[in-house]
Amino acid sequence: MIRILRQIFRTGIVTEPLPEGAAAEVETVGLKLEEAVRERFRRSITIRQVDAGSCNGCELEIHAINNPIYNCEKYGIHFTASPRFADLLLVTGPVTRNMEIALRRTYVSTPPPKLVVAVGDCACNGGIFGETYASLGGIDKVLPVDARIPGCPPTPLQLMEGLTRLLGRPERRKSR
Amino acid sequence: MSILKDAISAQLGGEVQFIEGYQHPARTVYCSVPREKFVDAAKAMKKAYALLVAEWAADETPLGRGYAIFACYRWGHEYLIVKTEAPAGAPEFPSLAKQFLPAWRFERQIQSLMGVTPLDHPDTRPWIKFEDWPADAWPLRKSFDSSKPLPRVEGEYQWIKAEGEGVYEIPVGPVHAGIIEPGHFRFQAIGEDVLNLEERLGYVHKGIEKRFESLSWEEGARLAARVSGDTTVAHGLGYCMALESMAGCDVPERAHWLRALFLERERIANHLGDIGAICNDAAFAFMLYQMMRLKEMLLRTNHQLFGHRFIMDRVIPGGVAADIDPAGREAVLSELDMLSGDFERLVVIYDENPSLEDRVRNTGILTPEKAREICAVGIVARASGLNLDCRIFNPFPPYDQYDRLELGVPVMITGDVHARTWVRIQEVRESVRILRWILEHLPSGEIAAPCGTPAPDKAGFAAVEGWRGEIIYWLQSGPAGEVNRCMVRDPSSVNWIGLEQAIHGNIVPDFPLCNKSFNQSYSGHDL
Repeated sequence: MIRILRQIFRTGIVTEPLPEGAAAEVETVGLKLEEAVRERFRRSITIRQVDAGSCNGCELEIHAINNPIYNCEKYGIHFTASPRFADLLLVTGPVTRNMEIALRRTYVSTPPPKLVVAVGDCACNGGIFGETYASLGGIDKVLPVDARIPGCPPTPLQLMEGLTRLLGRPERRKSR
Repeated sequence: MSILKDAISAQLGGEVQFIEGYQHPARTVYCSVPREKFVDAAKAMKKAYALLVAEWAADETPLGRGYAIFACYRWGHEYLIVKTEAPAGAPEFPSLAKQFLPAWRFERQIQSLMGVTPLDHPDTRPWIKFEDWPADAWPLRKSFDSSKPLPRVEGEYQWIKAEGEGVYEIPVGPVHAGIIEPGHFRFQAIGEDVLNLEERLGYVHKGIEKRFESLSWEEGARLAARVSGDTTVAHGLGYCMALESMAGCDVPERAHWLRALFLERERIANHLGDIGAICNDAAFAFMLYQMMRLKEMLLRTNHQLFGHRFIMDRVIPGGVAADIDPAGREAVLSELDMLSGDFERLVVIYDENPSLEDRVRNTGILTPEKAREICAVGIVARASGLNLDCRIFNPFPPYDQYDRLELGVPVMITGDVHARTWVRIQEVRESVRILRWILEHLPSGEIAAPCGTPAPDKAGFAAVEGWRGEIIYWLQSGPAGEVNRCMVRDPSSVNWIGLEQAIHGNIVPDFPLCNKSFNQSYSGHDL
């Protein structure tokens, strides 16, 4: 136990504030969404992530925004296990034919306003997988998309910027 | 002198025909047998103690032939590919499922996607192809138009059923509770105990193998880098090595070493993430956050030095697209010092925590016998007593310098969650050591050479040890030198079967822990 405590104290708090100006990197977050999130969710939002066919690169970066360095919970971004508790679906990958039905069902299970954010190049337009017998292309082929965060994969910073913009600009933490 | 070559000659005599000059690199033995001798060849391999690496089919009609079925075997450092042909009018071949267990899924996949039937196969249900696909949709055939969407038809998947008093079923997925990929697991359980687990995968089937056929050789490297995002370096490398062997490209020495540098950094980053996530699934979140912190540090350095957090698209045909300068070298070395200091402290905490030990020991055991039977590879194999590692048995520079780089591969025999964690821990240490060695001895020179395109009707092969295990690429060029077939075998293709075996007799709540200790790729399996 003493070792655990010692390591915790040695590590300290590693969470970083979002740098100024990073917002320029992400431009495509829809304004419609921004307004909805600010008004309805009081700057706190619950997200259900759905992999509709990604290569798992985007999942790694979505994991990363939960790590202690980005610590997205600090900004009111919370990931949930069930679409029934979700305000927003964060969808990755081109939609595969084999995932189409599951994705639609997830959408149906989500309570309104069912916001949908497409994450990654493949979710935006099918990416390198294109439109084939197995891949239907971007998420907008199946669901109405409110916002897009492109990148292959988008970096945690781009994801955080995309999401925190929805919540309104978070106050910068006072530097320690 | 080749053990496998001798073994197959002894069994089949004059009926096996060794073909020179078709398959590259030349050290991969390539032979052809008549269709009715395909099973005998497998028996000879089994007798020689070889393991099945992969089995696949190719549509060779553009080359004026019918369908070709390939089985690749490994023994020690030898790879042997056995080919047999089926005429286009009778697309059938004898099944190897009774000789080698992983052939069971490989052959279902061949039947589903290529429409070549394994005769005498015990399980005729489709695999990856879902029941709502038209039965005659075989995407890997040349006659299939892959640009059109497929209509949906009625159909139902036949699950394996367990019946009796108190038996109940738990369906899980495809959308899981967490930030992970989709797949379906169906448990039959009595109380807490799992009677059987059946996996159903294929949800992220993006048609990757077919897609390769519509891309140029160069674009193929980008697609290979996206087969499984967490293994982007190793997949890119496998594809490039297979292509370079066919095109006769001489990769500069420095590029080889930089590739190894990328590969080991990818291994460390993923292992750190896995060790943390395994502990988290045993309710020890402290370790997850500590490990995620170390992993993030590595990824940031990757971004800073090589321009991408996962070093995606930095392995290109002919070499690499990112170099390291003396300042970068110093940055990596000092990062490694910091990393190993913190890592060793955390390993002590892992090792001394009794509540963690209680969860990870004797949980999810894949016995060495089972691991051999399913022809497991990579960390899963090494945690269950199989000493397999392409870096040792099929090395490319710098791994081929045995006398200078002594690669210590950890092998455990208990096959439980702890063994799979401990193999990762040891591999992190080993990779840190290799990275230091690489940075110290990195040769100077070019980082890429021009890579031409292959001659028509040739094949290329590569085996690369990614962080999960051995990745296989097999490429074939068509009549105009274009991509005729690109076969990808991620370690997940065989190791997923291991999870089904390891879960028997465990309790349902331990499944996430077992699953995480395997951590196989859905995308790499479904393609």
